[in-house]
Amino acid sequence: MASTQVTPTRMELTKQKKKLVTATRGHKLLKDKRDELMRQFLEMVRENMALREKVEAGIKSANKNFVIAKAGMSEEILRVALMAPKQEVYLETSTKNVMSVDIPVFEYKTRTADTNDIYSYGFAFTSSDLDDAVKSLADILPDMLLLAEREKACQLMASEIEKTRRRVNALEHVIIPQAQSNIKYITMKLDENERSTQIRLMKVKDMMLEEKHHYKEKQQQRQAQA
Amino acid sequence: MYRIAVLGDYDSIYGFATLGLDTFPVTEPVEAAKKLHQLAGGEYAVIYITECLAAQIEHEIAKLREQVLPAVILIPGVSGNTGKGIESVRKSVEQAVGSDILFSNN
Repeated sequence: MASTQVTPTRMELTKQKKKLVTATRGHKLLKDKRDELMRQFLEMVRENMALREKVEAGIKSANKNFVIAKAGMSEEILRVALMAPKQEVYLETSTKNVMSVDIPVFEYKTRTADTNDIYSYGFAFTSSDLDDAVKSLADILPDMLLLAEREKACQLMASEIEKTRRRVNALEHVIIPQAQSNIKYITMKLDENERSTQIRLMKVKDMMLEEKHHYKEKQQQRQAQA
Repeated sequence: MYRIAVLGDYDSIYGFATLGLDTFPVTEPVEAAKKLHQLAGGEYAVIYITECLAAQIEHEIAKLREQVLPAVILIPGVSGNTGKGIESVRKSVEQAVGSDILFSNN
């Protein structure tokens, strides 16, 4: 047992009691944190899943459009058309604190405000299918960014929940029972010491009285006379 | 100011270039891992990567999971959806809850 490692002193007892109080309080707080994290995580992960389905469907149809567009024109013209993009996307990132987890928040800015700037080519040599394809991809971009934000948040929260859960379990099943058994061991040992001291004192007192008054000798004499 | 990168085979990602995302056509796993590493240390906050390519460099992607930036997000490629993206969401749930409680019914 681990309790054999503690020294049974009053100081150690106070220390263990303090430890138990802290651990109990920490356990309660961490449990609350875990529950709240879990609630928010489940909410977010549902949203994440819905977004992902939407984005995957969007990309799938966009890809289909691109394949159709590619079929209608030569590879070289397509490559040339998409070679020099007009538009650029920048991200402003900040972080939001959710239950002590820093989750990223993305805000995207395009270089030019004109939505038509996604077409980086003249319309003369390309098919209209390509326009459709580019447009369909542009339409899902905001959702893709939202997905990135949510998915990252989910990943971060998942690892935080795992950590918190470990801590809660460690406190509940290791630290708190250990402190309790230590306290029990020390109190028992101290009580035992007290009892043995008392007995020793009684014994000493007996011996001192015997030395002074010679009770035993007197008793033997009385018995001899009788 | 951060930017967005897209990693994958050329056919899957060339459309994203028109939107102003930076595309990096790679197909080799070794090269992709190197590129991902390079992009993660740079100015990219979001890296989209095709599922097929991601399957080959899972180890590198797992390393970036715990970091706040960049967010590595799987997208289906032109060859179709492999379900790897949904798998990664499922993995998060499993890590957090201990078992897959949300999507086990489908």
